[in-house]
Amino acid sequence: MKVLMFGWEFPPHITGGLGTACFGLTKGLAKHGVEVVFVVPKSFGDESQEGFRLINASDIELDFTQTLTQEFREKISYMEVGSNLVPYVGPEEFERWYTEEILAKKTDIHSVYNRKYAFSGKYGANLMEEVSRYALVALSIADKFEYDVIHAHDWLTYAAGIAAKQISGKPLVVHVHATEFDRSGENVNQVVYDIERSGMEAADRVITVSNLTRQIVIERYGIPAEKVFTVHNAVEPVDKPETDEVTKHVREKIVTFLGRVTYQKGPDYFVEAAHKVLQRDPNVRFVMAGSGDLLNRMIRRVAQLKMGTRFHFTGFLAGAEVDRMFAMSDVYVMPSVSEPFGISPLEAMRTNVPVVISKQSGVAEVLQHALKVDFWDIDALADAIYGILHYDGLRKMFARYGKSEVDSLIWENSALKVLEVYNNATGHKN
Amino acid sequence: MRSVCLYFQVHQPYRLRTYRFFNIGQDHYYYDDYQNRHIIRRVAEKCYLPANRMMLQLINEFGKGFKVSYSISGTALDQFAQYVPEVIDSFRQLAATGCVEFISETEYHSLASLGNEKEFIRQVETHTKRIEELFGQKPQTFRNSELIYSDVIGEMAANMGFHTMLTEGAKHVLGWKSPNYIYCNNLNPKLRVLLRNFRLSDDVSFRFSEQNWSEWPLTAEKFVGWLNAMDPQEEVVNLFLDYETIGEHQLKESGIFDFFYHLPSTVFAKSNFTFATPEELYQRLQPMAALSVPYAISWADEERDLTAWKGNELQAEALSKLYSLSDAIAEIKDPVLKRDWGYLQSSNHFYYMSTKWFSAGEIHKHFNPYGSPYDAFINYMNVISDFAIRVEASLLPAVTGSKPEKSKTAGKALKKTSVVKTKAAEKKIKAGKLKAEVKEKKAAKPKAAVKGTKAEKPKAEVKEKKAAKPKAAVKGTKAEKPKAGVKEKKAAKPKAAVKGTKAVKPKA
Repeated sequence: MKVLMFGWEFPPHITGGLGTACFGLTKGLAKHGVEVVFVVPKSFGDESQEGFRLINASDIELDFTQTLTQEFREKISYMEVGSNLVPYVGPEEFERWYTEEILAKKTDIHSVYNRKYAFSGKYGANLMEEVSRYALVALSIADKFEYDVIHAHDWLTYAAGIAAKQISGKPLVVHVHATEFDRSGENVNQVVYDIERSGMEAADRVITVSNLTRQIVIERYGIPAEKVFTVHNAVEPVDKPETDEVTKHVREKIVTFLGRVTYQKGPDYFVEAAHKVLQRDPNVRFVMAGSGDLLNRMIRRVAQLKMGTRFHFTGFLAGAEVDRMFAMSDVYVMPSVSEPFGISPLEAMRTNVPVVISKQSGVAEVLQHALKVDFWDIDALADAIYGILHYDGLRKMFARYGKSEVDSLIWENSALKVLEVYNNATGHKN
Repeated sequence: MRSVCLYFQVHQPYRLRTYRFFNIGQDHYYYDDYQNRHIIRRVAEKCYLPANRMMLQLINEFGKGFKVSYSISGTALDQFAQYVPEVIDSFRQLAATGCVEFISETEYHSLASLGNEKEFIRQVETHTKRIEELFGQKPQTFRNSELIYSDVIGEMAANMGFHTMLTEGAKHVLGWKSPNYIYCNNLNPKLRVLLRNFRLSDDVSFRFSEQNWSEWPLTAEKFVGWLNAMDPQEEVVNLFLDYETIGEHQLKESGIFDFFYHLPSTVFAKSNFTFATPEELYQRLQPMAALSVPYAISWADEERDLTAWKGNELQAEALSKLYSLSDAIAEIKDPVLKRDWGYLQSSNHFYYMSTKWFSAGEIHKHFNPYGSPYDAFINYMNVISDFAIRVEASLLPAVTGSKPEKSKTAGKALKKTSVVKTKAAEKKIKAGKLKAEVKEKKAAKPKAAVKGTKAEKPKAEVKEKKAAKPKAAVKGTKAEKPKAGVKEKKAAKPKAAVKGTKAVKPKA
């Protein structure tokens, strides 16, 4: 089986969860003997890349260059296409990024994800241009290689995927890591939505990262259920969490929220739950690590609830800081309103931190050793946090089973399911 | 004469309502009335009432030929009385036929037999008495919750005067031996042990409506055919089932009622078996051998062990928290507290915390009101935390009443550690206040107490003379590092006293 894959970054230039996922998947596929031609849009100069890497360094778990074995290299062809595309952005962000980062040469890494902060009010003409340009390049690539199936990751590459399908006649698989509804709530960008939908419609098979996303694809995009398949994400196992030397400087237990402080991550529910817990037990500290457009509101709310001495904001954390944050935490909370998958609880569990996650996250579908609550159910959320802090049995259970559960979620298994989808698609086609 | 011994367990727990941590200390009602009422009525309608009608009809039809036995847990009886009293009436009708044996168990379907002998005995006695009052027969046969049995548990039952006990015919205990004989307890041979034939029992209770089971559909004819195929030497087939099998676990549409309705007539017509109660088996048969069961067995899951209730850290913590209150409870008279104490012991609460069903077990999910064992655990721990506070609180005045001197000294000791060099007048006022506070906040919170003392660091020295509650006292002194001598004369309750000092900022 040979695959032409339109992805995002490739090691060592990993900037986000999507790149990590693509890489993991590609590696997993290689283990099953699948050959992959991996096409990525080449990013800007080192400076901007560096900027982006900083932003999402939390997702970097591995020294990718080392893990690339010879065998793996043989299976994978790697191509860069001159393009300004970056993953995980909407037009507005791209517009701003483009102007701020590239034209102005300014590095304000925090604001990149603050969509509303620098909202331009226009569609990002540049981004759409890039999408089209990428698609054009895809045409020429599609002609040069031999492959059985085309695999495109997230909406920015769908146009490229469709183009490749048109020229080669090979089946197209699109991989939905997130939808516009996850990114923007109900205020969807129509242009993006249209591109997403046309990609899914043109595709022979659609892969979603969770059943939750699958449901959105079926219901909100009108895609026939029989061609939509769920393949849950996985994580790369790490041998040793390097957190042993981290020392906590406060006596109290620490409950952590780590992620973008935006509507879809549900930070407000975390704040309200913290208030409930603190009313009963003042010997807890809550930490909100991250930044985003709701940050100021959260700070105001914390002040209003008069728990400023127990509730801390760290701002944006990256790299080692993230690891340290996990190492200091007694509970990790992810109250996302909408989360296609959500890799961060797995990272927490890998460092033996018990997690509370919202039922509205894709990762809730694969985790058993986690507390799951509805994101809106502040009482249940507070109760779960309180339970972990006070009832020792939970901590023991999570310590015993959590890590091994995460370690069992390996890409090799997910890749096998993707391979089934390929077989299914090509069989269907032939 | 070979026998079929048909025994049904009737049990419903009091399911707990969603009880959050912020209810602790404020809200003392734990039960999900809506759900309990809904379930008991549904099961009564689908199972208990129609099944009892059917049994009555069969007994009337076959005179003394058809026999059946039941154990009904106290929590089920309570809920019948509360929501569907006609179920009790129908059981009484069955009792009046003389063909039905009622078997004793723990009042609350609890796990008290596992290391809480006193509580276990108390519950069994309560239940035995209750059954006798309700049905006019004193139970001679005992079955433990979930058919949990070991040599020691059997011995306890024998010491309580039971002559027969039911348990699972667990393979790992029997080895090559057959469950279709009568055995006796390894420690006290006077106690007969009847073993559940799990293959035939499970054929009915679990597999009956499984359409991809090779034997589906199971008819009375086929079943009697299996009985006839048994070794002719074997004396008894023990079919021990959840009563809810009839109509609830196996729906009416599966033909389960027809199966049971036709079972006696088919047995009589096509085999040399009869029906017998455990009591009759005791009268009629001699034990083949002693059965050694050093480690407890049960009728649950493939393993037939205790792991469904005591298999993980959650269950261990919940059980230990629960039974850590045993001694305190023994001194309490309050009927509401006693009732809660009982209801919180039902084995179901711990079953809900089992993580076994992560891998396998539709059965575990049945009747499980929780989304995950973790949810079950947190909810239970919240409830038990509140319960513990109430128990503690209700003990306090009792202690003061009966042993006033002791409590006084206890207060003294503690107060010394906490209240520091304030003016005498102040002290007096405070002491008065504190007393009042104690009465209000019966639920003392030792943690908070320690915290309080930690916060301030008074430098008065403390001399202790006596302490009724040395632990608390020691804690207190540790936390503050007193330096100046203080002598106290009066004191309120220890905890409250410590708490009270929070407000005052003593300066040495």
